Amino acid sequence: MLNSMDSKPILYSYFRSSCSWRVRIALALKGIAYDQVPVNLLKDGGQQFSAEFKALNPMQQVPALKIDGITLSQSLAIIHYLEETRPNPKLLPQGPKKRAQVRMISDHIVSGIQPLQNLSILQRMGEKKMEWAQQCITSGFQALEQILQHTAGRYCVGDEVSMADLCLVPQVFNAERYKVDLSPYPTITRINKALLELEAFKASHPSRQPDTPAELRA
Amino acid sequence: MASEKPILYSYFRSSCSWRVRIALALKGIAYDQVPVNLLKDGGQQFSAEFKALNPMQQVPALKIDGITLSQSLAIIHYLEETRPNPKLLPQGPKKRAQVRMISDHIVSGIQPLQNLSILQRMGEKKMEWAQQCITSGFQALEQILQHTAGRYCVGDEVSMADLCLVPQVFNAERYKVDLSPYPTITRINKALLELEAFKASHPSRQPDTPAELRA
Repeated sequence: MLNSMDSKPILYSYFRSSCSWRVRIALALKGIAYDQVPVNLLKDGGQQFSAEFKALNPMQQVPALKIDGITLSQSLAIIHYLEETRPNPKLLPQGPKKRAQVRMISDHIVSGIQPLQNLSILQRMGEKKMEWAQQCITSGFQALEQILQHTAGRYCVGDEVSMADLCLVPQVFNAERYKVDLSPYPTITRINKALLELEAFKASHPSRQPDTPAELRA
Repeated sequence: MASEKPILYSYFRSSCSWRVRIALALKGIAYDQVPVNLLKDGGQQFSAEFKALNPMQQVPALKIDGITLSQSLAIIHYLEETRPNPKLLPQGPKKRAQVRMISDHIVSGIQPLQNLSILQRMGEKKMEWAQQCITSGFQALEQILQHTAGRYCVGDEVSMADLCLVPQVFNAERYKVDLSPYPTITRINKALLELEAFKASHPSRQPDTPAELRA
């Protein structure tokens, strides 16, 4: 079904974009080789706003993935596509109820937390940006901690890595970046720590990307 | 499976709740509705009782098959996987990815930026803020739809993307966004609103619709 003559996928990514990191983890976990084209969200007024990038992705955001002759955006749409076309290892469990839990946790982070503290919003908050980011993340993590106490095993849902875990780690990185006190969230903290021991989460880390600035490089 | 009827916790004007109401209607799933008023009593979603049901303190929440789910797209995917007909996702992975991409753009990229809690923080700038978020999102969406749309958002079958589109257009109209730059969005929205499932689930026809807004 997959043409062996297809060129390597190309990921448009920013080292510190949590949405891009989710997809980098998925590609690493599934052992999919790809080329990366960095898009600097700050330089030149934001390279995501160039006419060239807009033609590629009208949403003018990273990540975008060129794969199998199409270009996709939206991290969870991309991850679902990878899951359906490169099914091993699985990023969604078998049963519909567990799958729903994985999606619920993923969506909570991807719709309920991250967009409220993404770059364009924070830029509009001006000097209130740190406080704003902390509020959004704290509020979201309070709910998430409760949910995870119900669903978690070794990872977010049971004992297998899932799409929810791909969303969790980048969001915890953001929380740390905005100096959110994580002590009220022991389950989030424990799971994050366990995931960061896995090679796919390390290799895809913001500190180890082609566009990571020298002073932030691991 | 002789389970009890599902229970949907919903607010008439919540676009996230509306998406799920459409899915339930399209799939012919009978359910009971418990209204949660997001404005009264400081917001009923913040009650201890509702928080125990859904720690995220948001609507919709759906009690079904012995579990409680939140997040509209997680709920819709669950309905799709357990009550597969009619389908809300096309067959091929590429078309499915287009449906999800459009859905996620609305559900993560537009709606959260103009939902109730954010607008309350914007105070007197709330109308302008909502218009900016929706305009920006619709500019991108119009371009994408020109590439993917047939009769509906992706091809000629109703999909999850359409369930996300109609409530977002309703919000756009509510915040007086000029929709003339978006002919594809407008055309698709109009076609969808002719379908019974989109009408029956409309904010103007819910148990908790205020009398002055009732259809």
